[in-house]
Amino acid sequence: MALSLPTSTRLAPATLLRGQGALVALVVLVAFAAFRYEGFFTLYNASTFFRYNAMFMLIAIGMTMVILTGGIDLSVGSVAAMTSVIAALASPHGAGVGLLAGVAAGAAIGLLNGLVITRLRVEPFIATLGTFLGARGIAQLASGQAAVSVDSSGGFARLGQGDWLGLPVPVVLVIVVFLAGLFLLRSTRTGRSIYCVGDNEDAARLMGFGVDQVKVLVYTISGLLAGVAGVVLAAQFGAGQPVEGVGWELTAIAGVVVGGTLLTGGRGSLFDTMVGVTLLGLIFNILNFENGKGVISIDVFWQNVIRGVFLLVVVILQSNSTRRKGE
Amino acid sequence: MTQDTLLVMSGIDKAFAGVPALRGASLHVGYGEVHALIGQNGAGKSTLLKILTGAYRKDNGTITFHGRSVDFSSPKQSQQGGIATIYQEVNLVRLQTVSENVLLGHEPRRFGVIDWRATHAKARRILRGINVEIDVTQPLENYSLAVQQMVAIARALALNARLVVMDEPTSSLDDREVETLFRVIRQLRDQGVSVIFVSHRLDELYTVCSHITVMRDGQTVHQGELSHLGKLQLVSSMLGRNAQDVVQEGRTGFERARPGDDVILDAQLLERAPRVHGVNLQVRRREVVGLAGLLGSGRTETARTVFAAEPPRGGEVRFKNRVVRWKTPHDAIRDGVAFSGEDRKQDGIIPDWSVRENLTLALLPRLTRAGIVNRAAQQRVVEKFARRLNVRCASYDQPIRELSGGNQQKVLLARWLCMNPDLLILDEPTRGIDVGAKAEIQRLISELAGEGLGVLMISSELEELIEGCHRVTVLRDGRPVASLQEGDLSESRVLSAMAHDAHQPTLESDAHEGQHHAGHD
Amino acid sequence: MLATTETPTPRGRRPFTPSSALIALLALVLYNIVANPNFLTLNSLNINMTQSATILIVAVGMTFVIATGGIDLSVGSVMAISGAIAPLLFLDRGLSPIVALPLAVILPLCAAALCGAFNGLLVTRFRIQPIIATLVLFIAGRGVAQVVSGGALVNFTGASFTALGTTRIFGVNIQVFLMLAILVIATWVMRSTLFGRYVVAVGGNDRASRLAGVPVNRTRITVYVISGVLAGLAGLITIAVNSSSDANLVGQNMELDAIAAVAVGGTALSGGRVTLVGTLVGALFIQLLRYTLLVNGVPDAAALVVKAAIIIAAVALQYRRK
Repeated sequence: MALSLPTSTRLAPATLLRGQGALVALVVLVAFAAFRYEGFFTLYNASTFFRYNAMFMLIAIGMTMVILTGGIDLSVGSVAAMTSVIAALASPHGAGVGLLAGVAAGAAIGLLNGLVITRLRVEPFIATLGTFLGARGIAQLASGQAAVSVDSSGGFARLGQGDWLGLPVPVVLVIVVFLAGLFLLRSTRTGRSIYCVGDNEDAARLMGFGVDQVKVLVYTISGLLAGVAGVVLAAQFGAGQPVEGVGWELTAIAGVVVGGTLLTGGRGSLFDTMVGVTLLGLIFNILNFENGKGVISIDVFWQNVIRGVFLLVVVILQSNSTRRKGE
Repeated sequence: MTQDTLLVMSGIDKAFAGVPALRGASLHVGYGEVHALIGQNGAGKSTLLKILTGAYRKDNGTITFHGRSVDFSSPKQSQQGGIATIYQEVNLVRLQTVSENVLLGHEPRRFGVIDWRATHAKARRILRGINVEIDVTQPLENYSLAVQQMVAIARALALNARLVVMDEPTSSLDDREVETLFRVIRQLRDQGVSVIFVSHRLDELYTVCSHITVMRDGQTVHQGELSHLGKLQLVSSMLGRNAQDVVQEGRTGFERARPGDDVILDAQLLERAPRVHGVNLQVRRREVVGLAGLLGSGRTETARTVFAAEPPRGGEVRFKNRVVRWKTPHDAIRDGVAFSGEDRKQDGIIPDWSVRENLTLALLPRLTRAGIVNRAAQQRVVEKFARRLNVRCASYDQPIRELSGGNQQKVLLARWLCMNPDLLILDEPTRGIDVGAKAEIQRLISELAGEGLGVLMISSELEELIEGCHRVTVLRDGRPVASLQEGDLSESRVLSAMAHDAHQPTLESDAHEGQHHAGHD
Repeated sequence: MLATTETPTPRGRRPFTPSSALIALLALVLYNIVANPNFLTLNSLNINMTQSATILIVAVGMTFVIATGGIDLSVGSVMAISGAIAPLLFLDRGLSPIVALPLAVILPLCAAALCGAFNGLLVTRFRIQPIIATLVLFIAGRGVAQVVSGGALVNFTGASFTALGTTRIFGVNIQVFLMLAILVIATWVMRSTLFGRYVVAVGGNDRASRLAGVPVNRTRITVYVISGVLAGLAGLITIAVNSSSDANLVGQNMELDAIAAVAVGGTALSGGRVTLVGTLVGALFIQLLRYTLLVNGVPDAAALVVKAAIIIAAVALQYRRK
């Protein structure tokens, strides 16, 4: 006799809504904007939008993995600035060398984060706060406090400004990274262990996962992707930018949270993060159009206010649903 | 040992910082046997289990498992060795899918890539094997605790466990879920898997277990077939009271004052799901009232409900002849209630703080004028009460964490006594402290009552209750099943009420029995 | 009577064991005295103290928050808000200066207090982790400041308001005295008032505190309000010193400096162990380190790297000691 236990599927509407809320909001906003603004639903706007937001997406993918383990990485903005300088400095030796140098430098900082967190047992918040400061310092030292022009002869700039198969190169990078990340998280034991560590560290250890290795891995990935974002930054603006990237970590965290990933770890997906980052970027895109129409005039300063309010609404929703679960 | 014994633990010693927790304990479990392991808090059963599963290392003794001598150094190792543990709070990854929880780290793979279709199918097959039909692609947290336990058992099967340790698996399940769990346990048994079953609900042990090991004071005091051991015998061996002695024992308690007539606390039909159902309590001045019951009987929850740590959801509390509706402990304290919880570390001390600050924490508002703490007055209070309770410390500035358990407890008692309360609620006031401090605290409680305080005391030690209390209310499954006054108050009566022993009816347990069963949903 | 002692001798007045930060600070001071002849002049001391003042004022508020086991990321944005509101008032020609000046101090501080209350409410009523709860204002707060000020740099050289940052008493800037006063008051509050005791109790063990009748939520909200008000004050000082208000820049990275000062000083980030003197030492140390590197021709950028390493080392050491 198969038993019918009370399955108690507390899959409340709130949970469903939270899972899809960002996506629904995105669809509604796109429809609204396409209807309202001429020039919104154009290849040009889309291409510009994604070319710019690609950097945030790259960072947010790494941040998602870190947050899945229950950690946080504050250093990504500084690391992007640092790697943009390093990549620009290396660009005369060829586009490939520039790319590699930037990515390697980012990964090195990420590895350092992971080691400090697991070996010295420093809280992720403080450890990455340290590299947040340190990477910014290195960026300014290496650049001599000024933008470092990239070598334009070697094709390095194409990494930011070029197209490939009709798509902006940064977008191609995002797609590749996104698919690789998706594969890692969904289809490998390593990927599953990332979820488990954030869900219940003790249980993960009991199940035989190397919790420390997993943590080192995600911080390294996060640093590496911040490195890629830095390379794109340098290539897009034709120069290494020691003062750029300020606040990127928060944009990324906000995007991850808006997408629906739990900050306490264990639940979330790269797709949601993409939706979250796109949604946040779209709001500002729409504000630009709205201002362009001249009907109303909303300062760009509202951007941060709106971003903050967004974050507020989402975390309150999250806290309500997790609290109900906990009880 | 015989061939058909799966697990033999013998002569196990373990001490923590010189304090022995286990002294030559032993445990024998046969193949396909459901084995009950019982004992009071501090009897050593969880230490023994932690040694078995590799969470602790033993100091001495031998463990033979499935014919091999073993000494696991981590839970991971014991799991690989074939021992699975299922805790009361399920130790799984709750946000992940059911399949993953069954198979994490052992998913079927093709070319290193997880084959989800095969994973789900395998998980479904294993769960079906124990008659659980659920959607394995849902996150585990969407299912009830009972199902989560089934999933944990399925994981044990997936890893080919030979022994499943269940630590109070039923404590948060309802009757129907318990039944299901038992069916699965019997299935495990029939498949040759052995189960160690820890529970404080005696009825359950008799339903599902064939053998039993009883522990007390770090030693194994009884082992054998359960059917040879009556409930009353079982409880008395657990508590260390011989059943015959118990019946004849006289009262040797302290000289006690006669309780006054004015009722301080009168709680009627207190409700606070899931552990407090229709509890009535009365405490008079100069009276010590005991709350007895096995673990999980709702005694701690009842005390916390009275104190509004978790305010009641139903019923009425009258305090000093006034109906009160306390929302937080703050309200109860203001009206003159004091509460010392059972978990000194979590609910009592502020570890890094000095003895002085810990002692005056609750009194601080009264030591304060215009927001400023009167240090001189604080010092006077600390001196007076530390002296009265004979607190031993190097100085009042010493951090309380450096004190012994007994002295910490005295500081916590002093925290409340300096408030000059009308009602003092004590949850296990003498647990885990040395004999000398214990006697001091017991004497003090009796003295305090003599001075006009009403005391509500919870204790797992019958002796303490019988000797220290004027009256004892016995709880079982969150319901009062007996209220014993001086005259009827004896260990055997408390025991049989706690154990629900049909042969030794108590005054009220019969009357409540019908209600108990009917009331269970 | 105090019975025999088996326990180790008491460590005297225990709370402030000479922390590694203090030793490092003294070493830095000594080095500067020897290597830098200008160090012991009033002018250079004043520079160092003046530059530490805003950090320390914010760090005092941060210490209260961290003492309860929380954290406040919003301080920089709150500085920007109060710095944006003040000029609106004292530059308003419709208000007489006698009204406008006090208002220009009081209203921004009220706004800052509101921000703090908002943080506290999120942490207590909605039970959101402090890092995230204060992240909301961190992001939105600067936007609010930009909206209030129109995002433009407001210049008010010569306005009497700048006295708050430029008045000198005995050759020392007024905010140094303000900072010391705040430190003394805060130390007194922490040690001698009911509220101060409750702050440490909540950080030490919030469950036990609640059972002992401590109003845990009210205490938590109050520490965020204090942190907000002190950040607001630091914002006012900053714009007074600069004789201009730029909502984009006021208070940027202040949360990091403040947290670093608190952590280096030896206050446990997990709550329950507090030393305001340590925070003073931490703030002075961070400032003096920057100064020393600067004087020796090491750029500000390298100082960042050193600062990062030191914060991590301090926190890692703290963990070891536990």
